Amino acid sequence: MHPSSTRRLLRSLLIPILAVFTALVIGAIIMKLAGDDPIAAYKGLFQGAFGSKRGWATTIRKWSPLLLTGLSVAVAFQAGLFNIGASGQFIMGTIFSVWAGINFPEMPIYIHLPLALGLGILGGMLWGAIPGILKVTTGAHEVITTIMLNYVAALFAGWTVYAGGSQGQKPGPLWDPTAKAISRTPPVVESARIPFIFGPPYRVHWGVVLALLAILLMAWLINKTTIGFELRTVGRNFKAAKYAGIRVGWTVILAMMLAGALAGMAGAIETLGVNFKFAPEFSGSVGFEGITVALLGQTNPFGVGLAAFFLASLAAGGAKMQFDSGVSTDIIQVINALMLAFVAAPAIVRWLYRIRKPAEEEEGVPKISWGGG
Amino acid sequence: MSSATKFKRTSMIGLGMAIALLLISMIVNSLPLPNNSIWKVLFGVSTLNFTLRATIPLALGAMAGILCERTGIINIGIEGMMLAGAFAGFVVKVQTNDWPLMASLLAGVFAAVAAGALMGYIHALFSIKFKMDQIISGTFLILLALGLTSYLFNPDWVAEGKFSPIAIPGLSKIPVVGDVFFNNPPITYTALILVVLLHIGLFHTKWGLRSRAAGEHPRAADTLGVDVNFYRYLNTTLGGMVAGLAGGFLVLEAVGQFQEGMTAGRGFISLAAMIFGNWMPFGALGAATLFGYTQGVQNALLLAGVVNIPRHFISMLPYVVTIIAVAGLVGRVRPPAAEGKVYETEGSSE
Repeated sequence: MHPSSTRRLLRSLLIPILAVFTALVIGAIIMKLAGDDPIAAYKGLFQGAFGSKRGWATTIRKWSPLLLTGLSVAVAFQAGLFNIGASGQFIMGTIFSVWAGINFPEMPIYIHLPLALGLGILGGMLWGAIPGILKVTTGAHEVITTIMLNYVAALFAGWTVYAGGSQGQKPGPLWDPTAKAISRTPPVVESARIPFIFGPPYRVHWGVVLALLAILLMAWLINKTTIGFELRTVGRNFKAAKYAGIRVGWTVILAMMLAGALAGMAGAIETLGVNFKFAPEFSGSVGFEGITVALLGQTNPFGVGLAAFFLASLAAGGAKMQFDSGVSTDIIQVINALMLAFVAAPAIVRWLYRIRKPAEEEEGVPKISWGGG
Repeated sequence: MSSATKFKRTSMIGLGMAIALLLISMIVNSLPLPNNSIWKVLFGVSTLNFTLRATIPLALGAMAGILCERTGIINIGIEGMMLAGAFAGFVVKVQTNDWPLMASLLAGVFAAVAAGALMGYIHALFSIKFKMDQIISGTFLILLALGLTSYLFNPDWVAEGKFSPIAIPGLSKIPVVGDVFFNNPPITYTALILVVLLHIGLFHTKWGLRSRAAGEHPRAADTLGVDVNFYRYLNTTLGGMVAGLAGGFLVLEAVGQFQEGMTAGRGFISLAAMIFGNWMPFGALGAATLFGYTQGVQNALLLAGVVNIPRHFISMLPYVVTIIAVAGLVGRVRPPAAEGKVYETEGSSE
């Protein structure tokens, strides 16, 4: 590798690494102040993630949803859009794929599984298209609409598996009658499940490989295709893109559809590879974590892959940390938030460690604003 | 001129809606209708009480947003500021449970406002000094508040007592109007007064003129000797305080306890109310009332059980109305011109 490009690579890693380090230090200070033992917590966290084969398996299993929602947020960022809606798109992906997965028991796996996965991707894509279309046609800002759509998606999903009420309220269409009063779907049939690479107790499935392929696909799409070029141009300079004859509106909608498809795929893979059913508590905070992953990875698909692996290890080690040291797993969310802050404001990190500003303008995340131009 | 007429239009819509609601309610309540009739559900006094209780945190959140954004700082972190305020208010209330009730509650309010101020200051610091993207800084505040409050929350803590209604002598006897407006706990009155004060402050004082100048044309303001970044720090911190008060309202006046993630999207709906209200205090109050009304109707419908729609769809109402409102109005409202842009004084490159 050419020396200057090596240096550039190192420099692009410097800020994220210092951001992670600083967040861990501040996390330790917070634990100390709250009367917890940070050393024991971090030890448990590390051992939980990497101390055993099972830990590694959990880390790898948690990798794919973070990776895909991170890519979802990153793709939207490339086009100057802020997708806070990954969690809603994830839920819609889950619902679409679980519908296909619990029906059609006679279908062979080579049709059933792609169908269920494809429908999950489609569900996320449609849900992502709504804020894109609203932004282009009415100017409604995607930050507001995607957040509202998260709530709508969660309620919609809750209804589909609703067990019914005591006063004669009808149960939802995907509810499993054998579950009695519990709101959940029946299990996904065998032919729609993603096969394991390493079976139980490790439960690492081929969906992880699909997610890794999505990195390559996104890297190619963003950097090597006309669509990718248009996406980046719209994100960097809206007006210039217009003058250059790029169909800005269409590009915005496309970016949101891509973002939705990736988050929907995350939901589908979790449903068909890990949970094998849907219940309202599976929704989780994966969409917000996707924001941290995208920024920590500097919106570069490969960087997103690395960042997602790191956050997956935190998530995987959390249970052992709580068990060994008594520190609540909620501290991980605090550390994630701090990482987000430090990586999004390199100026803080530079100020803390007295690093000089690089001579050339760094290529950060495109600016987002209310106005839309 | 055009902004003055625009102000009149948005404020009139809000005011008109409120008066129409009250008039219909007065008529409905004077008719001998059964309690579960659809009219009682849509316009009964209890629905309007629900509406006001749902409106107050949204209105306070929208005022917080206006304070920040009028000086040019985008604030999507209101949700986090509210949650921080709610938690701080709760912790202090629990710690002072053995104090006289009023003193303990006021200590809670103080803590809620202080926590909001701290969040506001952090937002200003990140946005101005460290030039962080303001939308990402707001997201950070939300995630930080969600994480920290869950981490520190202890489900064994119980706050004893909350603010109770204070009837305004005389006025509280007016039918419907009295029940809805003049028999409320103190933060509700404070919030309504704050809306008026903010309007007067923004449009009739030197502070307001300078604040708006910082948000519309910072370069010109600077030339005239206005310290743009001072006003941005000040108003973002003030905005945080108002958002913190909204959190205090939830814990100390509405619910009485803290629940994880209890703001449940109110900060975001506040933002929508701010946009819907065209960054005007009365306009935003009107919009907050509309959103509050959808929540009031939602509650009333669920309680009365008069319609045969699954509760999930009724619960979607406020969120769907917010999307429609933001989509339907954005072309006709205008954010402050310099919003979201870092202002650097000439010659400095800090």
